[in-house]
Amino acid sequence: MTQSNRLNQGGRIDRSRRLSFTFNGQQYTGFAGDTLASALLANGVDIVNRSFKYSRPRGITAAGPEEPNAIVQLGATEAAQVPNVRATQQALYDGLVARGTNGWPNVQRDVMSWVGKLGGSFMPPGFYYKTFMAPASMWMTYEKFIRKGAGLGRAPTEADPDIYDHFNQHCDVLVIGAGPAGLAAALSAARAGARVILCDEQEEMGGSLLDSRESIDGEPASAWAEQAVAELGGLANVTLLPRTTANGYHDHNFVTLHERRTEHLADTAAGAGREGEVRARLHRVRAGRVVLASGSHERPLVYANNDVPGNLVAGAVSVYIRRYGVVPGQRLVLSTNNDHAYRAALDWQEAGREVVAVVDSRAKPDGDLVKQARDAGIRVITGSAVMEATGSQRVSGAKVVAIDTERFVVTGKVETLECDTIASSGGYSPVVHLASHTGKRPQWRDDLLGFVPGEVKGMHFAGGVHGVYALGETLTDGADVGAEAARAAGFEEAAAIAVPEVAVRQESPTSALYQIPHEKPPLRAPKQFVDLQNDVTAAAVELATREGFESIEHVKRYTALGFGTDQGKLGNINGMAIAARCLNRSIPEVGTTVFRPNYTPVSFGAIVGRHCRDLFDPERYTALHQWHVENGAEFEDVGQWKRPWYFPRRVNGKLETMHEAVARECLAVRRGVGILDASTLGKIDIQGPDAREFLGRVYTNKWAKLAPGRVRYGLMCKDDGMLMDDGTTSCLAENHFLMTTTTGGAAGVLEWLELWHQTEWPELQVYFNSVTDHWATMTVTGPDARKLMSEVTDIDLDREQFKFMDWKEGKVAGVPARVFRISFTGELAFEINVQANYAMHVWKALFAHGEKYDLTPYGTETMHVLRAEKGLIIAGQDTDGSVTPEDLGMHWAVGYDKPFSWIGQRALTRPDTAREDRKQLVGLKPKDPKVVLEEGAQIVLDPEQKIPMTMMGHVTSSYYSPVLESGFALAVLKGGRNRMGETVYLPMSDGSVHQAEVVSTVFIDPKGERQNV
Amino acid sequence: MSEARSEASVGNAATFDTHPGADAGVTPESPLQWSRVQGRVTEEGGAAEQIRVVERPFLGHLVLRGGAITLDEAVRAELGVSLPGKPLGLVLDAEGSRSVQWVSPDEWLVIVPAGEEFELENRLRARLGDAHFAIVNVGGGQTLLELSGEKARELLMKSVTYDVHEHGLPVGKAVGTVFAKTSVVLRRPSEERFELVVRRSFADYCVRWLRDAGREYGLRVESASP
Amino acid sequence: MFHIFCPYCQEYREEEEFHPSGQAHLVRPADPASVSDEEWGDYLFFRDNPRGIHHEMWVHRLGCRKFFNITRDTATYEILETYRMGEQPSITAANAEVRREQGVQTADGGWQTVGAQPENSRLNEETPS
Repeated sequence: MTQSNRLNQGGRIDRSRRLSFTFNGQQYTGFAGDTLASALLANGVDIVNRSFKYSRPRGITAAGPEEPNAIVQLGATEAAQVPNVRATQQALYDGLVARGTNGWPNVQRDVMSWVGKLGGSFMPPGFYYKTFMAPASMWMTYEKFIRKGAGLGRAPTEADPDIYDHFNQHCDVLVIGAGPAGLAAALSAARAGARVILCDEQEEMGGSLLDSRESIDGEPASAWAEQAVAELGGLANVTLLPRTTANGYHDHNFVTLHERRTEHLADTAAGAGREGEVRARLHRVRAGRVVLASGSHERPLVYANNDVPGNLVAGAVSVYIRRYGVVPGQRLVLSTNNDHAYRAALDWQEAGREVVAVVDSRAKPDGDLVKQARDAGIRVITGSAVMEATGSQRVSGAKVVAIDTERFVVTGKVETLECDTIASSGGYSPVVHLASHTGKRPQWRDDLLGFVPGEVKGMHFAGGVHGVYALGETLTDGADVGAEAARAAGFEEAAAIAVPEVAVRQESPTSALYQIPHEKPPLRAPKQFVDLQNDVTAAAVELATREGFESIEHVKRYTALGFGTDQGKLGNINGMAIAARCLNRSIPEVGTTVFRPNYTPVSFGAIVGRHCRDLFDPERYTALHQWHVENGAEFEDVGQWKRPWYFPRRVNGKLETMHEAVARECLAVRRGVGILDASTLGKIDIQGPDAREFLGRVYTNKWAKLAPGRVRYGLMCKDDGMLMDDGTTSCLAENHFLMTTTTGGAAGVLEWLELWHQTEWPELQVYFNSVTDHWATMTVTGPDARKLMSEVTDIDLDREQFKFMDWKEGKVAGVPARVFRISFTGELAFEINVQANYAMHVWKALFAHGEKYDLTPYGTETMHVLRAEKGLIIAGQDTDGSVTPEDLGMHWAVGYDKPFSWIGQRALTRPDTAREDRKQLVGLKPKDPKVVLEEGAQIVLDPEQKIPMTMMGHVTSSYYSPVLESGFALAVLKGGRNRMGETVYLPMSDGSVHQAEVVSTVFIDPKGERQNV
Repeated sequence: MSEARSEASVGNAATFDTHPGADAGVTPESPLQWSRVQGRVTEEGGAAEQIRVVERPFLGHLVLRGGAITLDEAVRAELGVSLPGKPLGLVLDAEGSRSVQWVSPDEWLVIVPAGEEFELENRLRARLGDAHFAIVNVGGGQTLLELSGEKARELLMKSVTYDVHEHGLPVGKAVGTVFAKTSVVLRRPSEERFELVVRRSFADYCVRWLRDAGREYGLRVESASP
Repeated sequence: MFHIFCPYCQEYREEEEFHPSGQAHLVRPADPASVSDEEWGDYLFFRDNPRGIHHEMWVHRLGCRKFFNITRDTATYEILETYRMGEQPSITAANAEVRREQGVQTADGGWQTVGAQPENSRLNEETPS
């Protein structure tokens, strides 16, 4: 195919570099510098998509991010698929493959088009709510069909080969938009010495200067843009980010920028010859000041059949001609309510194509551009508008009629002009999106017929975004605002740059016109589209108001106006204007919607950055991790820690199951000696004269008399009396303690201590520091533990010298160590703490000596079984924030007579915490020893009771005990301590019911003799 | 047990020399041992890359807690540098091998050459006497990574939320901040390099992150001999 | 994403370094045993939820580990001041005039919502102070 609409000259494309691409299966060529949209138009491709709801053929309408129709699925391979790319924003590259996202099986012949032919009565607004409400079970079916038919693009089914990342940026002034205002602002701020970031979403910086008919200092406007960009690029304090969209404006001047680094070159970074490089980058910018220079979007007019391919926004016509050397048709009719749009007609005529007429809604337009058009022989029809486009696959004509905008009626006879292109302009809407992302409402300005941003702290507005449209004024405004922003950021000397000269153009005022009246009443006229992407018509908006929706927010939700990726860029104001007309109110009275991030879609890759695959979340390792891996440990995630879960051995060539391994590990500890890497336990160093007093306030039990060399178990409650964490604390010296916490509670407990110290009791002289990572902790436990220890340590291990709950200092395997005689297994146990860098040496020495005792490494699962057999709780597993120490049967660990009202004490005197029928911790022994109850299983007393049954509690921990040769469990049960010996029932989801006896929580060695040997 | 240890233990706080001594024949493992086994860390030296990350393992790390005035005198006397009194200050001694860093209004981090920390702690304790303070040895729990090279700043921009530009982090400044999904202490001891103090259990994650983020520039992670 | 001035580190830091800890200036009864269950319940569970100025406690979790207070406008998300533990706020709901003099914007609407008439026209007229 030839590029039939391509001009022989002009535009900012490189005609020496031909690029071939495929669209909807057809091969085309374009030039370097094209967008996919300009290349498609150059090739005369009229239909690029089918519409969302009615499946009507659609063509390219705009030239920028506001494009509602040309939304494509990109990617030559499955892994490189990208949905919902705007063809107007996608640079053309060699080998590009794209297809329309809507249209199944293809855009030319669409099976859904019957919906469109049946018209609005079949799918009115609220269609989904009204039609598919019942039966609810069918919604999934309906939705699947509708979605497939509507085609919202699709995610790739293969892994994305590219990498993405984040950049944390800080600057004094962030300038968003590199059009005339943005460039001038950036120059002012940069010359003052501010750190400036200038971003722009287009391939090339310059914005409207790149398609302007005007001159700056006697040169084409684009030349000034090139000069400005070159100067900024040479400054060390300026970061230029082209192809970078400011997508979200968040609190306190935090702005997210989405930079596309290789997407203009190929499908993938590798395809672009940039293997290993970042495809897209999210800049997280904290800006001192933000200059929003996002310009404006031209509004199309709303007239009948304004969606037929060949209907374009006027400014887009100029952009295609002047930037890409493409004229998207032969015969143009321009429908406008303002002067500026006349440039489309002038550009069109200068490109050698025919301008059939300019239809101007105003009675007496007489601005400079109007005069130019008339002088060029263009027919100008005043007081009129294009009422309807004819044609179905492409515009074939324009029905023009005189209108009365006040009374919203046609007043003359309809004249049909033959043409293939209708350009329309209903004025300009400032791109206020970012300014409203933090909830600030835009403000209506009657003089502009548009919304401008509300005041946003830290944000400055330059150029079109606050209604400064004329080129000369825009440059001046940008220069002033850039200097103002720099001054506000602390560069007090900042001054506006000297602004170049631009000839002033006289313009006649724009008239307020959004929807064109039709000779038929609105609900009977051919469809007049307000939101092309979501297929919302003027009739739908009107119907919504008739059905009682008065707030524009409700109208929006009811009709889908401005939904999805569109975010109301073209249609919002027209929709509001129509709603306002129907409700007989003014536009500001109807209100505006508040835009939300993101301005245009951001790929998930960019959002995720490098927080994926093995960097998804930190993995924390102990100093012994290598040994665990080398010895075949299976790992369990405990918070971010990787802890050995169990160590399966190979027995007769077969690897043990978890059940087998855990049973073996349990028996080794009960009968010989085992070893656990307990390094993940939280450890907090506590020093100061008031350390002891502080402990007494945060723990439920007493600490006043704990002597150096002794260890005590403590419970920590919140002030509501519920258990929060537990652990042992050792007295290292009179004013020095070492607290241990649960693995998961480490950070939280330290912060808890700091909270109380800093906010309630700052007078207490005490300091807390985390030493969790400093110490490696190894638990040697089992009847043979003393024998093994005696081979490696100089500490006197005699049971009278080194009692249960003592700690001693000495050497273990030649390394200075603190050894604690505390037990979480119920067996004789020594917890060895050494500086973590020496842990591996000590661990290996223990194994060297432990061989003869069959020293058995065990993991968290065995640890759980062993502690549960002893009725030892795990905070967070057996407790859930609703369990008191009394509920756990730990009255012995509560010091009610301590002088200070410790945290939790007051709450424990409430009647509710003294209730006898509170859920209390008990043991459960299944009647069938083979049964291991499910953790979380609900307990009932009467298995025959009809649902809903009376829930009495639930299982908190449950395991198989190789010592008991039976399953066993811990549970919380209402009034449980008074139910010893009773039988309870646990109905399972498969209909079976387990029976269990309520027993003591201590299953093994109730007198605690084994740990005291 | 050494004499010093026994004596100090008698007082209000227990001090503890964690090192077995050179004659004990014990080889320590740095927090990057697992990363080394996994091939993520090489020995020092080799081809020049745009970014070098060098671990300085086994240094003495002490946390000092207390009032600035109290501690300043003792630190000045024992280390020969004054305690950084202003927030986020980092000072080095003349050799550049001992540093004191402001962490919070009552907390400083002291880093000294390997093995010096226990003696220093005892001398400081002796000098501070009955004042209210705390000294905590945390050397086993963290390690120091030095970052240098042309693209070190860009690498940090990918990794930490803090402003690593000259304006945000001039020489002599140190901050605790977010690093990827964990936290680090970020220091600027000299024009040529940045330092990260990372927690032992997160060290491999940090190295993995740095290697991944630095791939496009070329990056080497090395571990210096103690 | 907030930008929070840490009154201890003496500079602005990113929100990720901090963690909110609820309402500020809660006082634990000096003698818990002497207060009624109801008063104790108020202390434990009942919190203000104003639209507008609110005082919150935050902790610089990944920085200096110190708790401090923030005066924040819950409608605009603006942080009006931060101050150390033990200090009192200079801006409160009761002295909105102070706030105006300091050139701080008034609350002009929540997040994502929109007013239809008449609320909207009123908001459109409202000029930030």
